[in-house]
Amino acid sequence: MKLNSNLKNVLLVIFATLVLSACSTAKKSGDIDGDVYTGKETVEYLAAGVPDRVFFATNKSSLTTASRATLRKQATYLRKNKNLNVTIEGHADERGTREYNLALGERRANAARDYLMTYGISGKRISVISYGKEKPVNPKSSPLAWSQNRRSVTVKVN
Amino acid sequence: MRNLTLTITVFFSLIVNSNALIEVDITRGNLDPLPIAVSPLHVDIKSEEYKELKVKELGSEISKIIEKNFKNTGLFNPLKKDAFVQKPDIAHLKPRFEDWRLIKAQALVTGKLLVKGGKLKVEFRLWDLAAAQEMTALAFTTTPTNWRRVAHIISDKIYERLTGEEGYFDTRIIYVAESGPKNQRIKKLAIMDQDGANTKYLTLGNELVLTPRFNPTNQMVTYMSYFRNMPRVYLLDIETGTQEVVGNFPGMTFAPRFSPDGKKIIMSFAKDGNSDIYTMDLETRLVERITEHSSIDTSPSFSPDGKFIAFNSDRSGLQQIYVMRSDGTKVKRITFGKGIYGTPVWSPRGDLIAFTKMHKGKFYIGVMRIDGSGERLLTENYYQEAPSWSPNGRVLVFYRETKAGDRGEGFSAKLWSIDITGYNERRLSTKSDASDPSWSSLLSK
Repeated sequence: MKLNSNLKNVLLVIFATLVLSACSTAKKSGDIDGDVYTGKETVEYLAAGVPDRVFFATNKSSLTTASRATLRKQATYLRKNKNLNVTIEGHADERGTREYNLALGERRANAARDYLMTYGISGKRISVISYGKEKPVNPKSSPLAWSQNRRSVTVKVN
Repeated sequence: MRNLTLTITVFFSLIVNSNALIEVDITRGNLDPLPIAVSPLHVDIKSEEYKELKVKELGSEISKIIEKNFKNTGLFNPLKKDAFVQKPDIAHLKPRFEDWRLIKAQALVTGKLLVKGGKLKVEFRLWDLAAAQEMTALAFTTTPTNWRRVAHIISDKIYERLTGEEGYFDTRIIYVAESGPKNQRIKKLAIMDQDGANTKYLTLGNELVLTPRFNPTNQMVTYMSYFRNMPRVYLLDIETGTQEVVGNFPGMTFAPRFSPDGKKIIMSFAKDGNSDIYTMDLETRLVERITEHSSIDTSPSFSPDGKFIAFNSDRSGLQQIYVMRSDGTKVKRITFGKGIYGTPVWSPRGDLIAFTKMHKGKFYIGVMRIDGSGERLLTENYYQEAPSWSPNGRVLVFYRETKAGDRGEGFSAKLWSIDITGYNERRLSTKSDASDPSWSSLLSK
């Protein structure tokens, strides 16, 4: 009996370890919170430590806490580089009608622009363009790819 | 399209009394298509050569196009020619009705043609085999290079006579031709006959183009282009190739369509994160704002009488379809079903609105009455959208995309059509991948 229950405990520990490691791999390849992408796979950088893009939930244009942090880094960077102008490209995933997605991309790009403006960046330095679902960064048809494609990307224009 | 000189003459005084002539009911799915024999048109031996045309084969080529048109409707069953029992010229004079009935044909099309002096003369007759009488007969004169259109016009006349509805064969479809990998798509405006013949490209693919739509006379097209990376609505004259930006908007304009009289373009204009609907009068250049709401308002489509506009808005939170008066007043939401709704398009008959519905990861093309009642979903798929009506309001064309793998492989975009009965779903033949179709009105009206 005693031996048996010891064995059980050992097995439980092994099992728990397996579950935990499975979770951590899933999280690593998943990188989605709610349905907002939180990974770095597709992210490029305006400068060291300044990510160029933020991600959105399906049909939404609201900024997450992480997105705001990214945009504040962009704002700091833009304040330091006063002659730099940017375009914010707004994008949608492929799971929506084309025309609505054009509008949604424009709304997302403007959400990012508005946030940069509240951190003191002049609107004159930031133009926006929407590509709707026309320029996916990840061509796969999967929830992960769609979350990477729902984005606004800040691009230097000079 | 304007340069076609086409003379149509009724060349027989028809003795059409309506005793028990064949009729095809197109208001329901036809599980028992009408058996029809389309005899090759007899080519008159006095015919002359004309450019590269194979004049001797024209009669049989025209009959093949007619057969294909009929087969594609799902309403007719064109019979195999090897069972035909009479020579084309003799059948055209007077068919031996009982012999044609033996091969189970209920209707027979006969005709003849002559190419002479740079003209193509065609005549055809439609026979009711059970009643042993002629139903309709017409003659055309045109330039020989128009021979495919002649086949479509004959198809339209026969369809009209047998169904009581206007046909849709002498029409074109404008669409976006797609090529290249999914994340670097090259898109060009393309135009083709409804049967996939005569594809022509109207742009070179240097810039992204989307959502082309015909004006009521099919000579102009409005579409969206990213020319110089400025997404704007454009107007294109198909014959001259002249293009211009529509209006002088300080931002993206998109989702354009013509008003039913062709005088205005209705579209969305996006500014500061908000899209509203505007019209521009093409003659006076007067711009009018139709909606003023902090939500996305897009995909506007006029009712055929011009009095109402159906559009897409997320003012309730998610995409739904709304109808308003054409001055923007009396906005009313019409979709309350499960899921979200986009791309409303008013039927040319005025009685229905076609739409795209998204629900639980599936995409549907459907129709509903203009108050949103009587919703019918016609087809379900992984991804499909953007219905456009055939001019008689009986068929919808739309595009469908497939799922892509890791590097975008397996992805395709194709045009499909379906009857509003929900029957007869089929893929349209296009030279490349294709999306955003728009069906013209009848060219020879």
